[in-house]
Amino acid sequence: MSLEIAPTYPAFLSAGDTALVVQYGEVVDVSINRTVRQLAFAVRKLNIKGVVDIVPTMRSLMIHYDPLFLSKSALIEVVTPLLSNLEELEENNKNWLIPVCYEDEFAPDINDVSKVTNTTIDEIVRQHTLLELEVFMMGFLPGFPYVGLLPEVFDLPRRIEPRVHIPPRSISVAARQTTIYTINSPGGWHLIGRTPVDFYDANRDEPILVRAGDRIKFQAIAKSEFIEIEADIKAGAFNLEVKELL
Amino acid sequence: MSVRVVDPGFNVTVQDLGRPSFQHLGVPVSGAVSPAALKIGNALVGNDQNMACLEIRLIGPTMEVLCDAARLALTGTNIEIELIGGSRGFQPANQSLVLRRGQKFKIGTISDSGSAYLAIEGGFRLPQVYGSLSTYVRANIGGFLGRALIEGDEIPLNKNDVEDRSELRVSNLEATEEKGPIRIIFGPQKDFFKEESIQEFLGSPYSITREADRMGIRLDGPVLKHERGYNIVSDGIVTGAIQVPGTGQPIVLLADHQTTGGYPKMATVISADISRMGRLKPGDTIQFLEVTASEAEEARFEHEKNIASVISGFVKADPWLDERALYTENLISGFL
Repeated sequence: MSLEIAPTYPAFLSAGDTALVVQYGEVVDVSINRTVRQLAFAVRKLNIKGVVDIVPTMRSLMIHYDPLFLSKSALIEVVTPLLSNLEELEENNKNWLIPVCYEDEFAPDINDVSKVTNTTIDEIVRQHTLLELEVFMMGFLPGFPYVGLLPEVFDLPRRIEPRVHIPPRSISVAARQTTIYTINSPGGWHLIGRTPVDFYDANRDEPILVRAGDRIKFQAIAKSEFIEIEADIKAGAFNLEVKELL
Repeated sequence: MSVRVVDPGFNVTVQDLGRPSFQHLGVPVSGAVSPAALKIGNALVGNDQNMACLEIRLIGPTMEVLCDAARLALTGTNIEIELIGGSRGFQPANQSLVLRRGQKFKIGTISDSGSAYLAIEGGFRLPQVYGSLSTYVRANIGGFLGRALIEGDEIPLNKNDVEDRSELRVSNLEATEEKGPIRIIFGPQKDFFKEESIQEFLGSPYSITREADRMGIRLDGPVLKHERGYNIVSDGIVTGAIQVPGTGQPIVLLADHQTTGGYPKMATVISADISRMGRLKPGDTIQFLEVTASEAEEARFEHEKNIASVISGFVKADPWLDERALYTENLISGFL
């Protein structure tokens, strides 16, 4: 007879001899993500020799390390005391006010989302721009943020047919999260708008705009404004970072 | 001070040991899929081991030397370098070689390996992106204009001439070609698979399919059955992770893998065997062997020691007699 034992968290998972996973759950949960980022912050602060990178995701932390400098058991020994003693995150993150044009031309899926959710397009735009959101994690593509948590109207599954090419700067939604495509890429989320802002630009001094923990609020703009802001950004005359979002 | 691309070959990119510390921003590590071959190539031409080389997969380029002299070495393969347009002849891989201005050379089809490296003394004069020269083509990061080489490119070099020293060659080629099963550690999502699939994964040969690129290698062998579905909430990915999508055919992820992903990862290839994974080519067959974390750590130290002994075992190579250059410099007139 086998016993069904509920997994206990946090748990160390094996990921070869160059990465260690600290898992806090297997589902999307804002509080799990927050704990993961607290641990990321604590590990980063320790500045452990041999740790190469610290990657928080929705549900676990991956610590990349160099096995020539650090063994798995030594790393677990250093990380373990942190688990029971996580501090609040230091709020040194940035706030971004991100303009988005939700007009048809940039929003191929907004009509579908409107029908499926039985919500007017105006209301979808209002709900998408309503809240101050948080960057949960970075992944999938360079500079690609997972942002949330959106209002319940955006609790949508992914599209049945993923698209092969999604243009950069596209704003997409699924599972109460939203994101901004940074480079031309395939993808399965619903496209409801476009921003004139590059979240990744190889030619900028700092190519990547946002970090996990940053806060974002979207702001609806008309296409004429989209074109103006695009030109202003090119001329270096548009500031996206703000002190306060509300 | 450059090398000019006469014929680009296929998907030739600039790669060093990658940018491992920006994965938290979604930036893939990139870098050589076979780091051992890159290190040995650099050592043959007198470079630091982490300098950028040209990574060649499948078909190599034809190039012309546009500096006074360049010292080259081709590693990761036993294919010869063909000298054309200028002096003619063939030069073996795995040894250094000095070519003069105007000399053209061709690296043909790499039939014996999934990746080869062309190292040039002094390396390339290219800008670093996030601390590395490695090319990540999908996002146009690094390398030469963020892309694979095309005809007419002139890749700038750091040196116009070569150091005056003897040529070197690898004396023990077998030592660069490690054998035996590919070693893995199970996890992070072993528990997503049926026990019989785990046994089959260890007990059966898998072959390398044509779907093999810098991002990963799709394997062909027994289908692995998921016990708990094949969609997971995305978590981190490490080089060597063996992810299994809905088809049940495993994919070993290599240098250009995404930083996070939503397929269960049954096991991870240990770092000591990553360079071997990078050398595999379509049609090759492998078998997996489970090891413990401490065995993996020992294996990695052993692997690094092996690279170091290949390098310390270099012997002097006969310099290539560049007759044209000798005539131009009038060095042998006295013997006529």
